[in-house]
Amino acid sequence: MSEVIRGRVFVAGDNVDTDQIIPAQYLSYNPSDPDERKYFGMYAMSGMPPARSGLPEGGKRFVPKDGFKGPYAVIVGGRNFGCGSSREHAPLALSEAGCRAVVAESFARIFYRNSINGGYVAPVETPERLVGQFATDDEAELDLAAMTIKNLRTKRIFKLRAIGEAAKIIQAGGIFKYARQNRML
Amino acid sequence: MGMTITEKILASHCGRAEVSPGQNVWCGVDLLMTHDICGPGTIGIFLQEFGEDAKVFDPDKVVVIPDHYIFTADAKAHRNIQILRDFARKQGLKYFYDPDFISPDQKGMVSPCKDPAGTSYRGVCHSALPQNGHTRPGEILLGTDSHTCTHGAFGEFATGIGNTEAAFVLGTGKLWLKVPASIRFVFNGPMPRYLMAKDLILHVIGQIGVDGAAYMAMEFAGQAIKSLNVDERCTLCNMAIEAGGKNGIIEPDDVTLSYVRQRSTKKDFTVYKSDAKAQYAKVIEYDVGRIEPAVAKPHSPDNHATARELADVKIDRVYIGSCTGGKTTDFMAAAAILNGRTVVVETFIVPATTETDMDLDRVKVGGRALRKIFADAGCRIGPASCAACLGGPPDTFGRANEPIQVVSTTNRNFPGRMGHLDAGVWLASPLTAAASAVTGKIADPRKFIS
Repeated sequence: MSEVIRGRVFVAGDNVDTDQIIPAQYLSYNPSDPDERKYFGMYAMSGMPPARSGLPEGGKRFVPKDGFKGPYAVIVGGRNFGCGSSREHAPLALSEAGCRAVVAESFARIFYRNSINGGYVAPVETPERLVGQFATDDEAELDLAAMTIKNLRTKRIFKLRAIGEAAKIIQAGGIFKYARQNRML
Repeated sequence: MGMTITEKILASHCGRAEVSPGQNVWCGVDLLMTHDICGPGTIGIFLQEFGEDAKVFDPDKVVVIPDHYIFTADAKAHRNIQILRDFARKQGLKYFYDPDFISPDQKGMVSPCKDPAGTSYRGVCHSALPQNGHTRPGEILLGTDSHTCTHGAFGEFATGIGNTEAAFVLGTGKLWLKVPASIRFVFNGPMPRYLMAKDLILHVIGQIGVDGAAYMAMEFAGQAIKSLNVDERCTLCNMAIEAGGKNGIIEPDDVTLSYVRQRSTKKDFTVYKSDAKAQYAKVIEYDVGRIEPAVAKPHSPDNHATARELADVKIDRVYIGSCTGGKTTDFMAAAAILNGRTVVVETFIVPATTETDMDLDRVKVGGRALRKIFADAGCRIGPASCAACLGGPPDTFGRANEPIQVVSTTNRNFPGRMGHLDAGVWLASPLTAAASAVTGKIADPRKFIS
């Protein structure tokens, strides 16, 4: 995982659950099959109620219709991002759609672990609520070394929480790579 | 220093005398459970990381139990069952609960087995694991399902994990776990007849919020909890995840032990209890006599109201099912109200397991079998599975395919959870659901219970 992620921002609110990230009806695709895996990208964030999809205006698609990838590199969320089911398809879907990091006030624990252990997206906590500080389609620069995110439109820079021990797993690219690097496997 | 039951179980599995909240520890795992939604992805990662000829850490400690997308025409769902079947055979897994009525070349809608006793299929994992003897005090059970926290009802540490972690456990039998701080919820007083475990947990979630116990253990105790049967304890622990909890847990007592001794596949297990001097992040006490039948309004489990306050809310459907609301005693509660009455909105009955399906014929309320009561009341009864609890494929029994209002005994009501994005799901106990079914509006079950 590179240390600076630069790209477009998609803003979501509080309690975005895994059914919103990837609705249950698509879970019969097998993520281990490369031809099927890309469909998780197609349907990423498709369960968002339109009014809440891409704040502040809403009504924005995370991935263009019939596309497999979207334009958004970073999601800015509120509290309890990724709550609900344990489906690893959720961070996987975000990753397939081209997203590389989620910056939120807090994360549900299974989503957080899945994001890190599977090496899909970097889940980064912000002490300050950023939902109102970014608008969907703003450009951002997320620096995972300095632990800051900059809104390139407003030029404002926000300090993020240190990731702690899990940063080593993120840097390695997931729990298997981490375990191999540390001769645990 | 005193320890909680959760801390003691984790300590015993990582070879330490003591652990404390926040520590990361590598724990040995007693049981890994996976199903048809997360199993294929888990198996794919396992084979990729450990090799095509790799063996699982212990074929007797892995339970594969398809339950989510069973009665559907979705060809990928059928294919996923076959992936599990092939893996279970190749690995020599002792516990694979095969929906053997789905053939390898299945085409179209799956018909349920006419005799639930005539299949190795068991139904919803969280209700079937205890029934089939896989839950025991003192163990660590990890499952690729967020509601794996259900099994804390038996005094064990149980939590949900993802595919990658499950693949890691499949290969190594171990996983890193962060020791959670515990919140102790004490329910004082005798449990009133009109209340169910669902009311208690919806009350708690309404109070602390959907992230109120994030990363924490939720320990349930008190006189009212001790009086609950095993089904009700499962309902309570099942929904720990809806408050963000890592696990729910209840200290084993005679109720736990007599159930486990009758069913367990293993005789030996260890009973842990919290020390009097254990440290809690918080202790919250309730007088259950002051808790009212509860409803979680759309679209969040913490959107709490009492059933009494919602008496004007018109509904289109009632759904009684799932691992948190489709157990035998859930149906006994619903039957107490539906017996001799007629539903005025379409009402779906979905037993969690094949054993509960059989109970619909064996168990009587007011001298009449549950199945007869529900059929005479005008309910539609489906085969055991997760069914519409999580929406599922569009042809799923009971799925909300229109923007309707559903009173449901399931555990989650985020947008789109039961299907249509604009369907409103009102979570409630089986008593409240049954009262609402005969009223056509949300109804307080106290009107029907003397």
